[in-house]
Amino acid sequence: MNEHRKKVQELRKFREGLADNPAAKDIARTFAKTLLELRNIKKDFFGNQVLTDINLTLGEGEVIGLVGENGAGKSTLMRILFGANMIRETGGYGGEVILEGKTVGFSSPFDAIEAGIGMVHQEFSLIPGFTTTENILLNREPTRRNVISEIFGERLDTLKRTEMDERAANAIEMMGVDIDRNMVISDMPVGHKQFTEIARELSKEQLKLLILDEPTAVLTEKEAEALLASIRGMAERGISIIFITHRLQEILAVCDRVVVMRDGYIVNEAKASETNVSEITKWMVGREVADGGAAPEVRINEDAPTILSIEKLWVDMPGETVRNVNLEVKKGEILGIGGLAGQGKLGIPNGIMGLYQAGGRVTFEGREIPLNNPRQCLDSGFSFVSEDRRGVGLLLDETLEWNVAFPAMQIQNRFLKNYLGGLIKWRDEKAIKEVTDKYIESLAIKCTSSRQKARELSGGNQQKVCLAKAFALNPRLLFVSEPTRGIDVGAKALVLNALKDFNRENGVTIVMISSELEELRQSCDRIAIVSGGKIAGILPASSSVEDLGALMLSQVI
Amino acid sequence: MNNNTAKKGNFGNFLRRSSVPLMFILICAVCIPLSGLSPSYLVNEIVTRMGRNAFLILALLIPIMAGMGLNFGMTLGAMAGQIGLILASDWQIIGIPGMVLAMILSVPISILLGMFCGKILNMARGREMITSYIMSFFINGIYQLVVLYLMGSVIPIKHSTIKLPRGYGIRNTVSLLSMRQKLDNLIPLTIKGVKIPVATFIVIAVLCVFIVWFRRTKLGQDMRAVGQDMEVARDAGINVEKTRIIAIVLSTVLAGIGMIIYLQNMGNIATYSSHSQIGMFCIAALLVGGASVDKASIGNVFLGVILFHLMFIVAPRAGAAITGDSMIGEYFRVFVSYAVITVALIMYETAKRSEKKQGGEQLKQAQLEEESK
Repeated sequence: MNEHRKKVQELRKFREGLADNPAAKDIARTFAKTLLELRNIKKDFFGNQVLTDINLTLGEGEVIGLVGENGAGKSTLMRILFGANMIRETGGYGGEVILEGKTVGFSSPFDAIEAGIGMVHQEFSLIPGFTTTENILLNREPTRRNVISEIFGERLDTLKRTEMDERAANAIEMMGVDIDRNMVISDMPVGHKQFTEIARELSKEQLKLLILDEPTAVLTEKEAEALLASIRGMAERGISIIFITHRLQEILAVCDRVVVMRDGYIVNEAKASETNVSEITKWMVGREVADGGAAPEVRINEDAPTILSIEKLWVDMPGETVRNVNLEVKKGEILGIGGLAGQGKLGIPNGIMGLYQAGGRVTFEGREIPLNNPRQCLDSGFSFVSEDRRGVGLLLDETLEWNVAFPAMQIQNRFLKNYLGGLIKWRDEKAIKEVTDKYIESLAIKCTSSRQKARELSGGNQQKVCLAKAFALNPRLLFVSEPTRGIDVGAKALVLNALKDFNRENGVTIVMISSELEELRQSCDRIAIVSGGKIAGILPASSSVEDLGALMLSQVI
Repeated sequence: MNNNTAKKGNFGNFLRRSSVPLMFILICAVCIPLSGLSPSYLVNEIVTRMGRNAFLILALLIPIMAGMGLNFGMTLGAMAGQIGLILASDWQIIGIPGMVLAMILSVPISILLGMFCGKILNMARGREMITSYIMSFFINGIYQLVVLYLMGSVIPIKHSTIKLPRGYGIRNTVSLLSMRQKLDNLIPLTIKGVKIPVATFIVIAVLCVFIVWFRRTKLGQDMRAVGQDMEVARDAGINVEKTRIIAIVLSTVLAGIGMIIYLQNMGNIATYSSHSQIGMFCIAALLVGGASVDKASIGNVFLGVILFHLMFIVAPRAGAAITGDSMIGEYFRVFVSYAVITVALIMYETAKRSEKKQGGEQLKQAQLEEESK
């Protein structure tokens, strides 16, 4: 008893001593009770290691900022913490998650919620026609028994509207940002939707740990400030927070500690008060030592004519909105477009090719290309390798022959035999087989024959089929979106080389969109960086990773 | 300026949303004088038909609330109601007790069929309407098997007035003389020559109150959540599949009871056809009342009954008056009920699409504003 009192007094004294020194505040926090500990967390997806030996502790009321490039493993780590089904379906994880001194293994997100973990996802999880209150208390509504529910069970209990209102009001107050309780979600600005999500987590009484996955991505500046203030408020109430964002300034403003992840490792940890943006950026992108990887043969021909000019382009692609993009592509170059996920780099090719609603002016070889019309784009000599390989890129249940030749048949009437002066067109099976075999050989597509179904191929080989399909169209301009997403290292090199050869040998202009900066630096001539839906800048591919990284983060919204 | 455009938008929205009811008001306004029918006759007819149909149409509301669209699952309930009525009339239970017995018999059949239907619809998400429509044909086959072959051979049927002369199977028409309008006339009331089926209206009112109350229960709230976004509801821990099955079961059970009310007013069962068109007409009536695939209210039900049946009554007469052929009106009303469903479905899709376009428009506006700065 006495001992305990002594300890408390000591701790209090220690804290009081620190009170004047804000920089040391977080030291005090590390002395407080540990809420969560991750020990040697490992995770692989079918042999592809995405997390390696993650060790992390989180104190009660501590705010840590988790940063890292796309694919660094942040989301996977959070999914493990939140008991996502997807982790179990792919074989579980290694290591231990210790919450309040006990090892936990959540079998579903509901268990995680029960244990006091709340997560605000990047995508909203709200019912559009419900009010704020109804959404905050979704499926946790206070109810009252009645005669009918006594007979037919508790789902026929009536809702206690006034109590719902009170509880919602409390949660909103706790957050410290005022939002209308009775407004319907679909009428709300995005920021308020985000606050509704946070209030929902706060309304859970057992909440101890709140994970915020890029909560400020959709907020205006003012709303983001309000949120940051409320994060501090929540921490003061003893709720621990893991804050994931690409806006490093925010991390420095509200977090006690910054944790940087790269390629599935925690590469560095630092007190927020002792670091700065450029240092964190360097940790994030890393590889400053191995900087020799820049493109060996960057060719920048200032005199080359502009082949494609994009003016004032907007694209309404959900999650990849493009705003007012102006960009000029020079004839014969490989232009890389990089940027963080959700900043709009994918929207550019998808908008130009007519897959999402777009507006603005696109001129190709001096002729204006009408937007929202995929056929016109293809007719003008564009070709597109989509990032959605299985959805847009391939006819999964058809043979490789069909996959390779189909667009050329449809768009350019090639691989067809004409009879009766073109009235009857038959497929030229021989020519189709020839061209398919040619690409199977040149791209080293692993398959049993040209008649194998596309579905049966591995991801890397499917990607090669997508390339073959685009090459077979003999395009004058090729858009390639995320060409190496989800494929192994060997296939990666082959795909990138194939693209490069196609450019160098046939003089085809290529616009390559990729989340991997390193890949762009190795394959492209110039790199345009998209940030906040706009072009933040264009640099030669030989520029340093730091410069490109700084552009990436420059206008993040 | 901004305010003005907003107002204009609101008015335009209102017009778009209520274009179907407005079209029908127009048709009726033209046809009523042409038909030469007296107002008192029309009011009488409308009141009768309201009592006959409203309960059935109300049965459609719950699946719509649960996001399962306009659901032909009610046809299954109608079949269950008919089986109940056939058995009750064979057992010579007459009047109100006969009706109640028929309802009690129909409920377990409705529940079974509803659960089956719900399970299947859970496998065909997003295509509930067409799936339930085709399924109603399939269940109709089973219904015919039961009524045409099993009744009289396996299920004992005593009375020869119901049975086919060959010894098994039910006749084309089963008379419900003993129950005819027993509910309608339970509390007799006539106002200015208009006969009002008070007891039926009370039953309908009770159902309306039930629906309003049901919306405020936990289950009702869950159904609304499931109807608007299944994934979000599932993430929040709501058992989506079960909730959807309950919605269909409620709908079939209510439709079974509704069918019994409908048939007691008609006074006979057309054994092999009564149920087949009922789903189509109820859905058409609801759409005429201004409902859409994902939104329907009690108000839509009553407006729909009035407008749809007004047209039903006046169109043949008006057709006859114009062309001298009463068949043209008959043709017209069948044609219109299919047309209404088609138009309503198309409008639902276009509304969804224009909503999608709005995102792009907003981006464009934002860009223009930025430039002007």
